Amino acid sequence: MMDDKSVVIDEIIVFLNGEKIKAQVGQTIWQVAKQQNVEIPHLCYRNENSYRADGNCRACMVEIEGERTLAASCQRKITDGMVVNTESSRVRNSQKLIMELLLSDQPDRQNSHDHNSHFWKIAEISGLEKSRFPSKLGVAADNSHPAIAVNMDSCIQCGLCVRACREVQVNDVIGMAGRGADAHIVFDFNDEMGASTCVGCGECVQACPTGALLPKSLMDDSVMKLSVTPDKTVNSVCPYCGVGCQLSFQVKEDKIVSVESRNGPANLGRLCVKGRYGFDYIHNEQRLTQPLIRRSDVPKRNWQNFDPSNPLTHFREASWQEALDKAAESFIKAKNNFGSSSLSGFGSAKGTNEEAYIFQKLIRTGFQTNNVDHCTRLCHASSVAALLENIGSGAVTASFSQVEYSDSIIVIGANPAVNHPVAATFIKNAAQRGADLFVLDPRAQALDRYATKSLNFYPGSDVSLLNAILNVIIFEKLYDIEYVKNHTEGFEQLSETIKFYTPEAMSPICGIAAEDIRFVARKFSQANAGIIFWGMGISQHTHGTDNSRCLISLALLTGNIGKKGSGLHPLRGQNNVQGASDAGLIPMFLPDYQPVSDPQFRSKYEAIWQSPLPKEQGLTVVEITNAAFNGNIKAMYIMGENPAMSDPDQNHVRAALEKLDCLVVQDIFPTETAAFADVILPASAFPEKTGTVTNTDRRVQLGRQAVPPPGNAKQDYWIIQEIAKRMGLEWNYQHPKDIFSEMRIVMSSLNGITWERLESEGAVTYPCKDEFSDGQDLLFSDSFPTKSGLGKFTPAEFLPPAEEPDDDFPFILSTGRLLEHWHTGSMTRRSAVLDAIEPTAEIHINPENLRNIGGHAGTPLHISTRRGSITLAARLDPGLPEGMVFIPFCFKEASANLLTNSALDQFGKIPELKFSAAKIKVAE
Amino acid sequence: MANSSANRNRKKKMGKFKPKGRIANQSAINTVKAILPEILHRDMLIEYLHLIQDKFSHLSSDNLSALAFIMNLPLSEIWEVASFYDHFILVKDSQKPPPTRTIRICTSVTCSLFDTEKILESIAPNDNTKIRFIASPCLGACDKAPVAADGHFVIPNIDLKKLQKIEHSQAIQEKNKSDILENVLGLDSYIQSGGYEILRKLKNSKNSDEYDLALTQLEKSALKGLGGAGFPTGKKWRIVKQQKGPRLMAVNADEGEPGTFKDRHYLSTSPHQIIEGILIAALIVGISDCYLYVRDEYPEILFMLRIELQKLSTTDIADHTVIHLRRGAGAYICGEESAMIESIEGKRGLPRHRPPFVAESGIFGRPTLVNNVETLFWVPEILKFGTDWFNDLGTKLHPGHRTYSVSGRISNPGLVVASAGTTANELIEKCGGMSEGHIFKAYLPGGASGGILPANKADIALDFGGELAKYGCFVGSHAVVILSEEDNIWDIAKNLMNFFKHESCGQCTPCRVGTEKAVSIMDASHYQPKLLTEIASVMRDASICGLGQAASNPLSCAMRFFPEDCKHSFKTNLKKEENEGQLGETR
Repeated sequence: MMDDKSVVIDEIIVFLNGEKIKAQVGQTIWQVAKQQNVEIPHLCYRNENSYRADGNCRACMVEIEGERTLAASCQRKITDGMVVNTESSRVRNSQKLIMELLLSDQPDRQNSHDHNSHFWKIAEISGLEKSRFPSKLGVAADNSHPAIAVNMDSCIQCGLCVRACREVQVNDVIGMAGRGADAHIVFDFNDEMGASTCVGCGECVQACPTGALLPKSLMDDSVMKLSVTPDKTVNSVCPYCGVGCQLSFQVKEDKIVSVESRNGPANLGRLCVKGRYGFDYIHNEQRLTQPLIRRSDVPKRNWQNFDPSNPLTHFREASWQEALDKAAESFIKAKNNFGSSSLSGFGSAKGTNEEAYIFQKLIRTGFQTNNVDHCTRLCHASSVAALLENIGSGAVTASFSQVEYSDSIIVIGANPAVNHPVAATFIKNAAQRGADLFVLDPRAQALDRYATKSLNFYPGSDVSLLNAILNVIIFEKLYDIEYVKNHTEGFEQLSETIKFYTPEAMSPICGIAAEDIRFVARKFSQANAGIIFWGMGISQHTHGTDNSRCLISLALLTGNIGKKGSGLHPLRGQNNVQGASDAGLIPMFLPDYQPVSDPQFRSKYEAIWQSPLPKEQGLTVVEITNAAFNGNIKAMYIMGENPAMSDPDQNHVRAALEKLDCLVVQDIFPTETAAFADVILPASAFPEKTGTVTNTDRRVQLGRQAVPPPGNAKQDYWIIQEIAKRMGLEWNYQHPKDIFSEMRIVMSSLNGITWERLESEGAVTYPCKDEFSDGQDLLFSDSFPTKSGLGKFTPAEFLPPAEEPDDDFPFILSTGRLLEHWHTGSMTRRSAVLDAIEPTAEIHINPENLRNIGGHAGTPLHISTRRGSITLAARLDPGLPEGMVFIPFCFKEASANLLTNSALDQFGKIPELKFSAAKIKVAE
Repeated sequence: MANSSANRNRKKKMGKFKPKGRIANQSAINTVKAILPEILHRDMLIEYLHLIQDKFSHLSSDNLSALAFIMNLPLSEIWEVASFYDHFILVKDSQKPPPTRTIRICTSVTCSLFDTEKILESIAPNDNTKIRFIASPCLGACDKAPVAADGHFVIPNIDLKKLQKIEHSQAIQEKNKSDILENVLGLDSYIQSGGYEILRKLKNSKNSDEYDLALTQLEKSALKGLGGAGFPTGKKWRIVKQQKGPRLMAVNADEGEPGTFKDRHYLSTSPHQIIEGILIAALIVGISDCYLYVRDEYPEILFMLRIELQKLSTTDIADHTVIHLRRGAGAYICGEESAMIESIEGKRGLPRHRPPFVAESGIFGRPTLVNNVETLFWVPEILKFGTDWFNDLGTKLHPGHRTYSVSGRISNPGLVVASAGTTANELIEKCGGMSEGHIFKAYLPGGASGGILPANKADIALDFGGELAKYGCFVGSHAVVILSEEDNIWDIAKNLMNFFKHESCGQCTPCRVGTEKAVSIMDASHYQPKLLTEIASVMRDASICGLGQAASNPLSCAMRFFPEDCKHSFKTNLKKEENEGQLGETR
């Protein structure tokens, strides 16, 4: 009703080519014309919300009565009574001459880089093929970027790429330099694109109307012309991070040839380098295409000389029948000989919800154990523990899109520009709009440029810093008194603990000046709407749960939960880590976080699954590894995970894997983990299957199969089902949607979300009231799903990291990801573009530290911890504080997790991957 | 297939061993930090670029990366701003920097009459490692044509010999600086002569009625925007005053219209009368900050203004607002008010779209009053002597008086303060007639963009609008350049089109491509009036700002009023080509 009313108020009358039209205040002439099906040519204008109209190309000029000159229709807002003519000869001549002027400096259409570009289409409509004007000299091509061809001879200086880079994705690489006829697009200091700070998001390519910027994957061998025309387009979701960008796979002859973004609710048409250019891994020649069985003459200890290009040195090919039989028999054998608790399974947050669901169902009903876990344990297990403990729900309370309405933003222990690049664009948009952004992290990062303040605190000192912030808010009475009174409990205990944590006392511990702590505390607490984002820097610590508790307290104190623009948002890493956890791929919970230890819930599932369920809580990832090492776990089923790379203290992990009686690995590549397998089952990559995934926002989205799996590789749900059948389970899922239907019966979180709805809408957020309602972006406006309905303050005391630097190991080692490389690199290092951008293992080190140990950029450094050592080249990185080094864990040739500490957070059971003591010297 | 794009890159697997792109090196960071003030502001970027270039004579990519790092700005933002302005010398990586001394020889319309292009041609190749000779657009000293500038300090009445035996930069600088200090009416003298009285009275009144009275006076007066647009000054003040505060002000001292040198004169001699005008505006309109944007070509004025503003700051005269002195960097377009505002914000000087008008949304998006130097110069006098006094200086049809910059083929080039609507014929007479041996042929009524009229139309009143407009001309900044039978009007039109090509900001297609194509068609071997007319019309109709809309005026006038000159030029061209062709054959 309100909406209807406001429409009436805002309606005005304009005259378009003599016709009287009702239009809305705020609309441009171009938009009004479009509604009336009057097409006005345009080049520098992109009819997308994120793009500001710039009105520079002048292709869309129209005549407005009473004005001396013509006006750019894309940019000019209508006013009441405006009389517009889009068809007069003055308008037509002007539009046409503009096109002719631009055309004069273009390559001929037949020689142009993209003869079907938007530019040429508009030229064609204007009836132009050639120009009467002399042309000026062209510009040389720049092919320095692995994914993007730059041919500025086609550039018309419309600046769409500049807006794409600076206003939409806010990467600030592209500029318009020079002036007049010399105005030209530059990357940084007019550097080659490949040598610039370009992050390869491809937004500029998507925006370019002329073919000056094109994806190389669609071009001919000379990289001069677009030559590949896809024969179909399949709408799906990006297989990488938890942002959940919607995209479409462009397919030609059953190969993905390129990716285009879609206007999904999470990404609004944006993608990052991985999503846009990292699709070719699925066609890599190392793909597993046939089941493999370990050769009887190759013992597992020979894993070191395993070459993923040639697995037949260690394995022999087998039929599906043989491989599945062998896998199932081994599981049955272990179960019979050593009991159910000797079995375990690692599922994957890279698979679909349906796969996660039946995988845990197989482990629980077929294996009869709760020893099922996945990489959430290495990710946000501690965050989830704290969230469940204090607000009764492990998921985010608000989608990251809410940042659009925030006026204060905290990003802590996260580097979203690298790990959640598209979410980061919205955070940057908010900061550009004027919201305060506070970046709290030991390392400098790309977001710092947009931050009101960045606090580079000492690694591992999170609790001291956060408690100091809480201290200021409590003792300067800056908290939301009403909110605390009505919606929380435990304030007294919190105040009691916090009173010792004054900024002055904490400053030496966290390395941040007391006044800066106060500044951030005051600003954040006084904001109308504050949102908190965090990542692995918070969770991957032995005090990870404490870290999250502090953040929850911060949100509760300031009343920043459940209202527009506010909330708690742990940025989920994997594309489906939220969904896999929801589906029960964790040892302590059945689907929808129902405790396995609770007989009431167990019996509910026993009835539906028609199977008894084990009542003991299962072991977590690191605990399973330890149990394998100790001989208590004998058989493992690992689907789509790579613990030999991803888990801490790898020598230990690999030794554990080596000891297993039976290891069945289901994957798309012969991973480092597969080297220890008895049976390898070739599975399907994300674009090769249909299923749902749940992003960091709790948005359930539908991925659709674009291409068939290669060779004899099979859909994962089929493989899991085949093993289940061989273990005596009577399953009969014909399609992932059958599994989804079953999930809807057991999981109330999927209320209102039907398969059909996902097919038509693409995405629905849970919780969702019913099939006719939108999902809820914001949670807990009134109460929390806790027993009391209140949010709880759980105070945290500062504890130092498990392993502090000392004289022998003076450096702090932290690990994480690179923008281009996903997780253990099994996908991205097999993507030509991504591997070309970041091809080598490097240790990131501060220039001063590097100089002191006698190295320079590129010098091989030998780094060791109490657990192992590796050698890799030095990367000069001023963003690192002195005394701290960073190694991405994606490089198998120098695997960071040989060094990391497996000490666990006692609540979340997450290892301290962000902090190990290390020593470094120049390699011999 | 899978690896085809990798093969295309033909790059070895080789790490870069550093984050993407350039990273600032520590020594450059230290160097640049030492030059910059402690607290930095984004809008001061151009000032910081000046500081670095003043110190090192050029902007090296190392120092620019350091600046980007220190200012927490993207590299591209630094580069695009620095590369937009003509005076910045960008030296990338291992590129060899040019000689530290640059002498600019003016090749704009008035100076070109005195063969400055030939002077440049003869001296530039003899360029040694110490001096770089380059062409420059108008230096605003057309009364002393032909001129050059050393480090922007003007060297009057040059010839080849004078340049060959040029003295040290230091000497030229010192002379220009001491000249200005000698001739300027400084703060004390200005106060003694009754200066700042009007302001003081208004301030003391503390009564908004008084302000309104003064504003009404201005509204009644014939004072119009003398930067060239001619918008009634009082009306403009009223509009800005009605906007929601905080309100800002920009004072346009970016005089760059070829042929114009009046603002240079008023700034050099009576800065405080202008400042009083500014301060009155600030008081009446309610301005929190005033930005005085002075072109980089007037270094001695900047030097003197710093001194005088410093003196002023020790008094309470200007305590109701803040005056920020800003230095341009060689961009004619920044004389356009919204481009100037962009430049004040430390960006490239790209004119903005209207609406919104700068009065509603100007500097930092705030309502902004923009006035030209001369406009403000008259404000204290109008308030002192009254509206009638000012209006009566002109005629009934053309009230008020104006400052005409008269140059070219004239005996005594210089400023003429006369009634609005004075004709070219009258101006020639006031300037002692034509130069010896020259016969009046044509004139530019309003600098480079006001068009070209033949001598038989020299009885037209030179005022905003009126008869001039009928011929597609305008008076603009009142720069009147007198041409004689010696001058080929086609060449003049070409010179002006080249000027616009050089000065176009490049934002919109008609101006960016139009000026470039117009120049190459004008340089072609045959006369193509149809194409040129089409370009002229799209530039007029579809350019974003006044530069593009007016840039074709001289061309259109040349084709309309001097067709013989146009055709004749091509005949000579053709002959030349024929000759060259024959030579080619005999070879």
